[in-house]
Amino acid sequence: MRLPCPICGARDVREFYYQGAAEMLRRPAEDAGEAAWDNYLHLRDNPAGDLEELWSHDAGCGAWLVVTRHTGSHDVKGAVLALEVKR
Amino acid sequence: MRFSGLRVLKEGLTGNKGWGPHWRSPEPKAEYDIVLIGGGGHGLATAHYLASVHGLTNVAVLEKGYLGGGNVGRNTTIVRANYMLPGNSEFYSHSLKLWEGLEEDLNYNVMHSQRGIVNLVHSDGQRDAFVRRGNMMVGQGDDAEMLDAAGVRKMLPMIDFDQTRFPIFGGLYHRRGGTARHDAVAWGYARSASTRGVDLIQQCEVTSIDVVGGVVKGVQTTRGPIRAKKVGMVAAGRSSQVAAMAGLRLPIESHVLQAFVTEGLKPCLDHVVTYGMGHFYISQSDKGGLVFGGDLDMYASYAARGNLPLVEHVAEAAMTLMPQIGKAKMLRSWGGIMDMSPDGSFIMDKTDIDGLFVNTGWCYGGFKATPASGHTFAHLLATGNPHPTTVQHRLDRFRTGRGIMDEESTGSQHNLH
Amino acid sequence: MRVKDRGLVDRRQSVSFRFDGNTYRGHPGDTLASALLANDIRLVARSFKYHRPRGILTASSEEPNALVTIGTGPATDPNVRATVQEIYDGFEARSQNAWPSLALDVMSVNDLAAPFLGAGFYYKTFMWPRAFWEKLYEPVIRKAAGLGALAKDKDDDHYEKAYAFCDVLVIGAGPAGLMAAWTAAQAGVQVILADEDSIMGGRLNAETHEVEGQPGADWAAGIVAKLAAMDNVRLMRRTTVTGAYDGGTFGALERVSHHVATVPAGGVKETFWRIVAKRSVLAAGAIERHIAFENNDRPGIMAAGAVRAYLNRWGVAPGKAVTVFANNDDAHRTAMDMQDAGVHVAAVVDSRKDAKAFGDYKLIAGGLVNGTAGRGGLNAISIQTGAGQEKIATDCLAVSGGWNPTIHLTCHMNGRPRWNADLISFVPTPGAIPGMETAGACNGAFSTSQCFAEGIAAARTSLEALGLKAPEVALPDTENTEYVVEPIWAVPGKGRAWLDFQNDVSVKDVRQAAKENFTSVEHMKRYTTQGMATDQGKNSNVTALALLADATGRGIPETGTTTFRPPYSPVALAALGAGAQGAGFAPERKTTSHVATVDAGAPMIAAGLWYRPSYFPQDGEKNWRQSCDREVGFVRDAVGVCDVSTLGKIDIQGPDAAKLLDFVYVNMFSTLKEGRVRYGLMLREDGFVMDDGTTARLAANHYVMTTTTAAAGQVMRHLEFATQALHPEWDVRIVSVTEQWAQFAVAGPQSRALLNGLLDSPIDNDTWPFMSCGPVRVLGVAGRLFRISFSGEHAYEIAVPARYGDSLFRLLVARAKETGGGAYGMEALNVLRLEKGFITHAEIDGRVTAGDIGMERMMSQKKDFIGKTMAARPGLVEEGRAQLVGLKPIGPVKQLTAGAHIYADGAEPVRAHDQGYVTSVGFSPTLGHFIGLGFVRDGLIRKGEVLNMVDHVRGIQTRVELCEPVFFDPDGGRTRD
Repeated sequence: MRLPCPICGARDVREFYYQGAAEMLRRPAEDAGEAAWDNYLHLRDNPAGDLEELWSHDAGCGAWLVVTRHTGSHDVKGAVLALEVKR
Repeated sequence: MRFSGLRVLKEGLTGNKGWGPHWRSPEPKAEYDIVLIGGGGHGLATAHYLASVHGLTNVAVLEKGYLGGGNVGRNTTIVRANYMLPGNSEFYSHSLKLWEGLEEDLNYNVMHSQRGIVNLVHSDGQRDAFVRRGNMMVGQGDDAEMLDAAGVRKMLPMIDFDQTRFPIFGGLYHRRGGTARHDAVAWGYARSASTRGVDLIQQCEVTSIDVVGGVVKGVQTTRGPIRAKKVGMVAAGRSSQVAAMAGLRLPIESHVLQAFVTEGLKPCLDHVVTYGMGHFYISQSDKGGLVFGGDLDMYASYAARGNLPLVEHVAEAAMTLMPQIGKAKMLRSWGGIMDMSPDGSFIMDKTDIDGLFVNTGWCYGGFKATPASGHTFAHLLATGNPHPTTVQHRLDRFRTGRGIMDEESTGSQHNLH
Repeated sequence: MRVKDRGLVDRRQSVSFRFDGNTYRGHPGDTLASALLANDIRLVARSFKYHRPRGILTASSEEPNALVTIGTGPATDPNVRATVQEIYDGFEARSQNAWPSLALDVMSVNDLAAPFLGAGFYYKTFMWPRAFWEKLYEPVIRKAAGLGALAKDKDDDHYEKAYAFCDVLVIGAGPAGLMAAWTAAQAGVQVILADEDSIMGGRLNAETHEVEGQPGADWAAGIVAKLAAMDNVRLMRRTTVTGAYDGGTFGALERVSHHVATVPAGGVKETFWRIVAKRSVLAAGAIERHIAFENNDRPGIMAAGAVRAYLNRWGVAPGKAVTVFANNDDAHRTAMDMQDAGVHVAAVVDSRKDAKAFGDYKLIAGGLVNGTAGRGGLNAISIQTGAGQEKIATDCLAVSGGWNPTIHLTCHMNGRPRWNADLISFVPTPGAIPGMETAGACNGAFSTSQCFAEGIAAARTSLEALGLKAPEVALPDTENTEYVVEPIWAVPGKGRAWLDFQNDVSVKDVRQAAKENFTSVEHMKRYTTQGMATDQGKNSNVTALALLADATGRGIPETGTTTFRPPYSPVALAALGAGAQGAGFAPERKTTSHVATVDAGAPMIAAGLWYRPSYFPQDGEKNWRQSCDREVGFVRDAVGVCDVSTLGKIDIQGPDAAKLLDFVYVNMFSTLKEGRVRYGLMLREDGFVMDDGTTARLAANHYVMTTTTAAAGQVMRHLEFATQALHPEWDVRIVSVTEQWAQFAVAGPQSRALLNGLLDSPIDNDTWPFMSCGPVRVLGVAGRLFRISFSGEHAYEIAVPARYGDSLFRLLVARAKETGGGAYGMEALNVLRLEKGFITHAEIDGRVTAGDIGMERMMSQKKDFIGKTMAARPGLVEEGRAQLVGLKPIGPVKQLTAGAHIYADGAEPVRAHDQGYVTSVGFSPTLGHFIGLGFVRDGLIRKGEVLNMVDHVRGIQTRVELCEPVFFDPDGGRTRD
């Protein structure tokens, strides 16, 4: 598998670290309540389909990426920098 | 028909004409007391124990493909009870005891081979951690021994003690650990459950779960609707999709775990060996193939196939640990889908929907758990209460923080366990 | 026997080789298989289960029978395909899985017991008595199973891995692949052409077809030469593309030097390639299938196309009286080629009633071979004809049940092939591998002309997908014979007809599996082991599937197909794991003091990827404890030096640096004054402790954080996540500087005096109080000084740019020795921190909360921080959690051991009575007894209680008293003064 790092270009998956679903970007407020935090940290849609997910280009530029990838075919639809998503 | 050596002899002398189906292939009935979604190892084992322990036989197992086609037929066949944390320790201990009587119970040779497992130790800190685990095992009533480097060397002459990257200080030896013939486990449970009256329905995909007023009523399937008083979801690798049919969102992320086998070789490895520093484990099958694996590919996947980085990493670990393995040739690689939970331990519980039960999150500990998973899930389905060995495995433990069992101590990131 | 004027082997040269101890001669270009056949050796192996005599079936890597062992001692290489292995002068091979000899294999008695050993018999027996499985049954089964044997010792062979990138990867250099590569190459793109064989050309080298008026092999050699001359083309011979993976990545194994007697200096046996291709063309050809009939496995019974290949490619006739049994026209070529070469063709048996002869040979149309004879090799066949039974003497039966396209790679990404009823074969599903076109025989196009045309078309499609204009390429003139076939899977009969030759799976086994309700193809495969041998069913799966379909009354497409998985053909682990042998498995990280430390005789231990000294032995010391005690002593009494560079060091700068630290630590860092250091505790988002360490504020917007050695990478990634993914609006930058700075702890009452001898400006307690930091100059070198202590002594950590690390370490140690101190290692470091109750990852093992280690009050209520909310979950704050305690022995047994469990005093030491566990222990020379840290249920409020420490696996029981974790200098006066 190869991921299109927006900074470095397409690179082998072995250069990247996987975090999981991109909902980890949307950190609830401190007092958002039990359910919001349970959703954030534990519960997952876990789709058999397109998934937005977080990868870090650890062995490259160090950027955190939001990659859209199909969990059945592994087809990578694209990647953007996490900090662009947040801004 | 009862299987035995005598029967094999008799059939052999009479042209093997007497053998019949190992299980029936009935048409689904309109209604069952209990419907199990998933005809893998755990579903079939649950059916067996529902029938044999609780006398419940108005039960159907619905399988969208073929029986035992999931992880029970894709794993590296290791059976052990060497967990460190309360909750897991008693559960896997219970499972190993069931394994030890399984062949008599099922009248099926699952080739459970208690050849022993060695977890290699590479540092003082790791030794202390394994001692802590070994003491838990002994305290639980299971077996554990610490080997020093000389002891490991004697037991595992294949290992390169002199040059391997991470020195070998010794090992944690679990004599009662070993392997079993994975497919036979599924078939043995299927045969027993079917013989006792459970309907095993293959090529029957559940397309929705009927819930009325917070109570489960049955399922819709590709072979028609089936009413049920209770429904057990036991579909590893598809847990989230099945639960979503009932509107549930599970604390599960699904990942691919690859496994590998070499061409057949004459016996060279008598035990199961794990090499923690390399995320590598290996044993030799009775056919002679070296069966081995490593870590997850690490990305969410339902593809049941992986990529080269992990393939190479596993081979690299093999080469530093036992370099003469280099001339062994990898024959086949495959993948299974692991439902990873936030603490690396399984979930077995009621849900908020009356009559709907969930059995998931086995990560990669599912095969050795098969007997106890079936036994305790049957208990939960039959009695409505968790079995004493699964009281900690609640669905809400991540929300409450109560009873978290993080054996790998990596925290709530699903893929790190 | 060798045939005159045929083949591509070099007849002018002769090489000598040995098989099973006998010496034979062959020619350069021979495989072991062709050379054995040339020497009339037919029996080369025994099957896996029944040890039936087996000969050479094929001429390629799918060979299920002719597996041999080459080399001796550490170089032993088992399960080598005789059909692939090229011979050279001095080559030696031996048969395997037979004892005492290939001809007299005692295990062949298994064959007599076959009625009792049918499909799945072992699931039905060996269950009683229970203990006999491991003790008797399994050892016997294991000994009988297996093929070749691994060497006992490692070898010196070198393997390597490499990457390659291209625009178009062409897999297979037969007619389709050659034309695909040729067409793509004309467009100027980067082309890789990979082929498993030693010479390119595929079936063009095995047939007598002419291309453009030349012999096919000559035409192939010509185009290969032209491709070789092009800069944009890389030809990879002896290279099997083993797997198709995501993103256009392919695995490929190049057998670099198995065909030479001596690997040249610096050379390798094999290279495992990862080829990344924008587009790919699969032109993998086809594999001929066998027909199931009674005793269809005798040596001398071969694939018809292989018989032709041995004749045309290697100049070998596998028999003196050849017969053919087929269901298609193509196999008749074998008879014609043989006759043309002057070899006697006894008959062609064609199952089709309307079959026609293409030459002057005896044709039995509508005939079925239903029996064979010959103990060690074929000498006759029985044929059922319209008129009855006929027997023909023959020593080589060439069989063809048709051709199966080599679709394997198209299935590697879960693609399922389609059934083509005309070809009676599975063909690839388009798009099964993104970016891949299929061409030629693997696509079901069987004539040479069709192969050429599909090769051109596949390349054109690939080029267009790359946005290029495809060049016009002329279609070479060659044969275009229609492929005519009628199904015949198994000949009716009572005896055993074999499908999977290696695993000894017969037609009866498949039918029995179906009868026992193993009707799914996956069930049948697993129950009978059909297709699970080293050929992974390449020769037999489709036939077995057809028979299962028949037995269950279904069509073949409804019955399905099993999945093909990588690798296409087996790959040595030495190639996949190249470079990892010995220390190559993982990087070795060494500190700047490594050389001086090793020179001092310190045993090094691995700490993750780092190496750190265990202790520094002195003359006369008999064990590590003596060294450790001495080192602890001089730190307490004088001064010790320890390299702490392995701790993670993260430089954090920017106006929002303080915000970041407040966010990732439980305690406040925005309030830390410049020039000061503070201990920080960091949680994961789930509320459990992740790491701890000290962070220094060097300037208003400049901090330097230290992490533990183990968690350095994790913390760095965590900070990147916080800054990029959670708070990209913050103006802060972080960088790991772990390797830029060499850092040494200088600890003990004499530490300041020692440093003042080296610092350009001396320091005192007022200018450098406890927990202060700042820039210093060390003998003119700009460095940093931190007054922090992990030993409980008056201590510092001094940091200099890494290039000065070696000299500073030597200097510090030399000065320390002058006052009775010296360097200390990890053992002493551990005892020193234990005496002070400082925690390490032995305690914060990923499962403990701040509360568990008595740091609940460090968690600031004035801010949000990572882990704050989840740390407040009921289960993390309720009573009953295991909490940090100090432990000291109070009974007659004085030893504490890490990993021991703690039970109620007097209670049976079983899980039900388990109260906790010991995490760290050490003998304190300062206190004169063992001390330990551990976690005990509600331990924070149980100080003074006496419990029972039990280490079951080490056989030690010690009564212990729970105490404060700080054993020495509890008010910290020594640190501050």
